[in-house]
Amino acid sequence: MAAFARLRRWLFRFGRDERVPIVLTQRRIFILPTAVGIAYAAVLCVMLVGAVNYNLSLGHALVFLLVGLGLVTMVHTFRNLAGLAITPGRAEPVFAGDVARFPLHLANARRERRCALQFRFAGNATAIASVPATGKAQVNVPYATQRRGRLDPGRITLEASYPLGFFRAWSYPHPVFSCLVYPRPEMRPLPPPTPVTDPGLARGAGGHEDFAGLRLRQPADSPRHIAWKAVARNVEAYPLLVKHFAGGAGEELWLDWQLTADEEDAETRLSVLAGWVLAAEAAQLAYGLALPGLTLTPACGTAHRDACLEALALYGHETETTAAPR
Amino acid sequence: MKRKRPPRPVEPLERACVPWLLACALATGAPHVGHLPSWLGLLAGAAIGLRAWLWQRERPLPPRWALALVVAAASAGVYFQYRTLFGRDPGVALLVLFVALKPLEMHGRRDAIVVVMLGFFLLLTHYFYSQSIPTGLWLLAAATLQTATLLRIFGGRQPLPEIVRYAGVLLLQATPFMLVLFLLFPRITGPLWGLPQDAHAGSSGLPETIAPGTISNLVLNGNIAFRVRFAGPPPDNARLYWRGPVMDEFDGLRWRPAQLGRLEAATIEHRGGTIAYETTLEPHNQRWLLALDAPRTIPEQAFISGRLQAIAFEPVRLRSRFAFTSSLDYRASPAAETRALLAAALRLPTAGNPRARALAAEWKARHASVQAIVAEALLMFGREQFGYTLQPPLLGDDPVDQFLFETKRGFCEHYASAFVFLMRAAGIPARVVAGYQGGELNPVDGYLVVRQSDAHAWAEVWQEGVGWQRVDPTAATAPSRIERGIASALPESDALPMMARLDIGWLRQLRYRWDAINNAWNQWVLGYNPERQREMLSRLGLDDIDWRGMTALLAVLCAAALLVVTLWTLAQRPRLDPAQRAWLRFCARLARLGVPRHAWEGPLDYAARVAAARPEFGKAARSAAAAYAATRYGGEDDDAVGRLRAATRKLPYRWRPA
Repeated sequence: MAAFARLRRWLFRFGRDERVPIVLTQRRIFILPTAVGIAYAAVLCVMLVGAVNYNLSLGHALVFLLVGLGLVTMVHTFRNLAGLAITPGRAEPVFAGDVARFPLHLANARRERRCALQFRFAGNATAIASVPATGKAQVNVPYATQRRGRLDPGRITLEASYPLGFFRAWSYPHPVFSCLVYPRPEMRPLPPPTPVTDPGLARGAGGHEDFAGLRLRQPADSPRHIAWKAVARNVEAYPLLVKHFAGGAGEELWLDWQLTADEEDAETRLSVLAGWVLAAEAAQLAYGLALPGLTLTPACGTAHRDACLEALALYGHETETTAAPR
Repeated sequence: MKRKRPPRPVEPLERACVPWLLACALATGAPHVGHLPSWLGLLAGAAIGLRAWLWQRERPLPPRWALALVVAAASAGVYFQYRTLFGRDPGVALLVLFVALKPLEMHGRRDAIVVVMLGFFLLLTHYFYSQSIPTGLWLLAAATLQTATLLRIFGGRQPLPEIVRYAGVLLLQATPFMLVLFLLFPRITGPLWGLPQDAHAGSSGLPETIAPGTISNLVLNGNIAFRVRFAGPPPDNARLYWRGPVMDEFDGLRWRPAQLGRLEAATIEHRGGTIAYETTLEPHNQRWLLALDAPRTIPEQAFISGRLQAIAFEPVRLRSRFAFTSSLDYRASPAAETRALLAAALRLPTAGNPRARALAAEWKARHASVQAIVAEALLMFGREQFGYTLQPPLLGDDPVDQFLFETKRGFCEHYASAFVFLMRAAGIPARVVAGYQGGELNPVDGYLVVRQSDAHAWAEVWQEGVGWQRVDPTAATAPSRIERGIASALPESDALPMMARLDIGWLRQLRYRWDAINNAWNQWVLGYNPERQREMLSRLGLDDIDWRGMTALLAVLCAAALLVVTLWTLAQRPRLDPAQRAWLRFCARLARLGVPRHAWEGPLDYAARVAAARPEFGKAARSAAAAYAATRYGGEDDDAVGRLRAATRKLPYRWRPA
């Protein structure tokens, strides 16, 4: 089994393609007949026997023409891949359980279009692309994520049986790809803000001067502070939000690892924290993230949110990556 | 650690592929409708029509059990039609049925492939019925359609002209392989196993027995019987008697060959020169080979019969070539042992035709020599008002009497049989010979074309010391029949196939050309057999090549063709515009001089780096980069490419360290 794996590795020249663009040279394109091609050959054999038996000269000619068609198709199937230049793009981060899409930029230098190229990561759905003559195209290769972390999707199987389906040409480009997979967010109510402990900054609770965002309503809040617009926007996730005014109050929203102590495992805790990050961002609150060994000071905005989610994604394995199966 | 492979999901068939597949089914099935029972043609057409309607209305396909029912019923129908499910015709009928019905249960790509593969097979079956040039062209078109359909199935949506063009390119590139294989693939003659009973149905030719009316029916048929190529100049039309069946038994109504057992070959004394010729016989399913009068050398697969015919060992079931030499000037007498032949040539029915017998008896009493009696008979045909027509009146119980003394209208078989009757009644051994007379020389390719309409019957009489001699009583009545062909001898009112009427000049020219093309097709494409193959190879200087050599040569040539196609398809580089070409050449030159451009470097940055690293090239580099930048980003600048090329020329070709 190990020898077989080594043979496969040698035969198919597995290995990461560090250089871009990845150009499919003939050394890395493989080709074999498909079931359709074998059926075609069988039909031709029967036809040849018929032509010989009945002494049909034109029958011979037809069979030979079709044999030629099969041979020519082999070249064309191969050519459909040969010389294609592939440049990997940047994959957008996704949440675990979502489908990550790895963009590939395809460049065709030839004056013939390339048709029906099928890209797929092992065990994933197929993306189909065609590249116009001397043109470019982009294809997003899907990868169904399962776990958080930095995802290396592995090599791509690129195959095509165009033009006639008699042969299947394939190649294993392995671009250097990575995609950040955030923990699957668990939607829970936001934790209450914590009073700032620094007495020097404290200016009394419940300020009324500067609008500082929204937070979940607590029984003591005045109904006048309910942010009806925000509630209407997102009525399912956050039952009632109130406007939160800074100025007087020394309160900050801390999304703290410790607050999730009830959950049974670390992954769920990270999921809860991710959900909170999304909720706080949606509510335009300033929030900080506190993880064991890592603290992000309160802020607001997309960049902050992404930093928080990245920290959650990579928590526990900043350096290692979640390898793709196989 | 065996990983279980998940079952492959059924690949769905695009809706837009369906019309392509229906067109395939139609194109491969429709030409068969002519020789299928009409109910089957209707059923197939209805199935395709129904599928098209369902497609257009986006309705679901009929349930499987209903289809199974139709298939079972139709197969039973085929069985009752042909009394078997095997053999050529029922096989074709079933194939047509399947290719028409399969689209009704076409759900996935696999089903579509089945339709295409069935179509490929059906294409071959057309050749059972016709191998003419139009059939060949139609099938080429159908093969293109099939290829285009596969392109559509596997290539997704593309513009229609694009698909058709690509299919054409593929087939065009397949042609060299076809030619190489066609010429060199070792040919095997004859069937690999017994052919089905119906393999040779429908060939026409001279009948084995002759009664009044049989040949005049054949004359209405414009088909070609055979073609002849003479080694030298062809003889006169009047001397071209192609011998077919020789009939020496008369039952009062029809003539047939007498059953005499094995006959010794006649002794033939050839006088004068011989003529060599090669005939290409259309299949007629009989054994006679229609040689000119006295065949001298005949093909290996034939013998010369006691009645002076060239007879093949096997019936002629395929278009075949035969080489002969014959002498037109000869004396043929039966070998001593075959007195039975002469006895048969004297037998007449005991009763009937009394007036003819009386006339013959009178002649016999009056003349001593055979020659005189023959002359007397011919004189009678010429003198009295005998007419030559394709539409003779019906004859009753005493046909010879009626013809000679009442109707006096007849065709060659009437004259021949009446003449032979008279001779026998006068005690002269005589027999009827059927065959073809004359032919039409095609000036385009020099072949003599003999059609069924040239069918003829004449007589032979035997004379002690002289042997068998041909007498053509028709010539006495209508001499132009023998000299210029059938059309000139018949009255205008008689219907003849268009081919035999030669009135319109340009039409005749056109026909000659078309016929010459057809003949070349028959000789070189359809008649390409092991002999032709050997002939072809020896022309190429490969005299002693056996099948191993041919296979090796075939492999080499195919590999060469594949290599050419591969290089041709892979070597297509993009066409760069002149500025880019010039710039790349400039960069390549600089790279050879030791300063390659980095992939990310723009022209101006590159020039700056070159100037810093190798000041001696700095000026040229700046000038080239500026020119290239101008073509890329500077709008119209006609001279930029020139400046770029000038800058390239300023660089030394190869760097030599000082």
